[in-house]
Amino acid sequence: MLMIIQTYGTMLLKAMGHTLLLCLLSLVFASVIGMIFGLMNVGHNRALNFIGTVYVDAVRGVPLIVLAYFIYFGIPTAIQQGLGIMSFRLSPLQAGTIALSMNCGAYMAEIVRAGIQSVDRGQMEAGRSLGLSYGAGMALIVVPQAVRTMIPSIINQFIITLKDTSILSVIGFPELTNVGKTVMGNTFKPLQAWAIVGIMYLIVITILSKVSKQIERRVNRGR
Amino acid sequence: MADKADVKISVKNLKKNFGSLEVLKDISLEVTEGEVVVLIGPSGSGKSTLLRCLNQLEKATSGQIVIDGFDVTDKRTDINKVRENIGMVFQHFNLFNHLNVLRNMTLAPVHLKTLSKENANNKAMQLLERVGLSDKAGAYPSQLSGGQKQRVAIARALEMNPDIMLFDEPTSALDPEMVGEVLAVMKELARDGMTMIVVTHEIGFAREVASRVIFMEGGYIIEEGTPEEVLDHPKEPRTIDFLSKVL
Repeated sequence: MLMIIQTYGTMLLKAMGHTLLLCLLSLVFASVIGMIFGLMNVGHNRALNFIGTVYVDAVRGVPLIVLAYFIYFGIPTAIQQGLGIMSFRLSPLQAGTIALSMNCGAYMAEIVRAGIQSVDRGQMEAGRSLGLSYGAGMALIVVPQAVRTMIPSIINQFIITLKDTSILSVIGFPELTNVGKTVMGNTFKPLQAWAIVGIMYLIVITILSKVSKQIERRVNRGR
Repeated sequence: MADKADVKISVKNLKKNFGSLEVLKDISLEVTEGEVVVLIGPSGSGKSTLLRCLNQLEKATSGQIVIDGFDVTDKRTDINKVRENIGMVFQHFNLFNHLNVLRNMTLAPVHLKTLSKENANNKAMQLLERVGLSDKAGAYPSQLSGGQKQRVAIARALEMNPDIMLFDEPTSALDPEMVGEVLAVMKELARDGMTMIVVTHEIGFAREVASRVIFMEGGYIIEEGTPEEVLDHPKEPRTIDFLSKVL
């Protein structure tokens, strides 16, 4: 085990860096996607509701691994053949970020929708009765209160997304699980290799959830 | 009735449906400046819906509502602008739970730039003094009693300097011992000449403060007049029946 750490330590740490990079990028985009589609779903515009629902249902209804294959292999092929741009490629990081952002974004949209709907309707009505627009009521009154109830679910979703980065090993992105496979193949020590990889995930996720709990506590203090 | 210039609210043939349910069937009403109109009636009679139609929290199905000369049922009217002049107080207070009392009051005027932040704060402190809560400016809604919340809600509405105030069962969610403090604030407002429409079950308040009492049932105005006329000498059998149950 020590031997593996000595030989492959930096390689595994670098892979962990890739995992975190992919996760972080995806979370940023997913938060934006989730906010947009979540707001589309709580509004009263039927067309926007429809788009939001289709997006959420479609993405949630497809396994992440299929989505990743589709984006990594399918989309470039479509663009090459359809638009004739033969040089078009997606790097594994780009494709992985897109797939994971879309996937996580759909779940975030549901978290945002549920969070906003958990805020009493009277809050928006009070805001509107004072002359605020719908958008101002959302931004100043409803969303700040919704975020508080959303935080535990968001933390949960972040952790799931961090673990889901391992699925993107299938498109060749050199994240932790993918490098773990290499280490196993080189050393023929699957027990030790996967134990190390598992512990690395565990450490990072534990840190993430501890930090998140701290944030949650701070946000709730003013309640 | 006073002359046309004094009419603050004019409702003509207002109808409101929720799906197939007709809640308001044919309401016509005029309220002049400084009047205190009290709406009474059994639950489900459409009192609250009528009130909520006035500032378009509920969209009228048909009919016309003109407030301060603005036709709020007309889609081209900037309803947000009109609402700045119509304060509303809700049964469940609806204070913004994430903001302290001062921020509750100053949020809208500062955002809408009707007051500078400094002026909004000063005005809020004056209003809090008026409702007897100047020591609660930094408190969060969860730290207040029901009566205190409702007085803050009234102060919050007044912060926008409205010339009409709507009260939707302001004391119904309060413990009995807190009703008085809220009614006292409302009485003072009425004395100062605020145009008020109040949905309430407080018959005593209606008797003391109302310039007009309106009895509603089944989506219609059944009877209206001075408190003596409607409360002490009702003519309609349904009014008599209702009053015999609540008095």
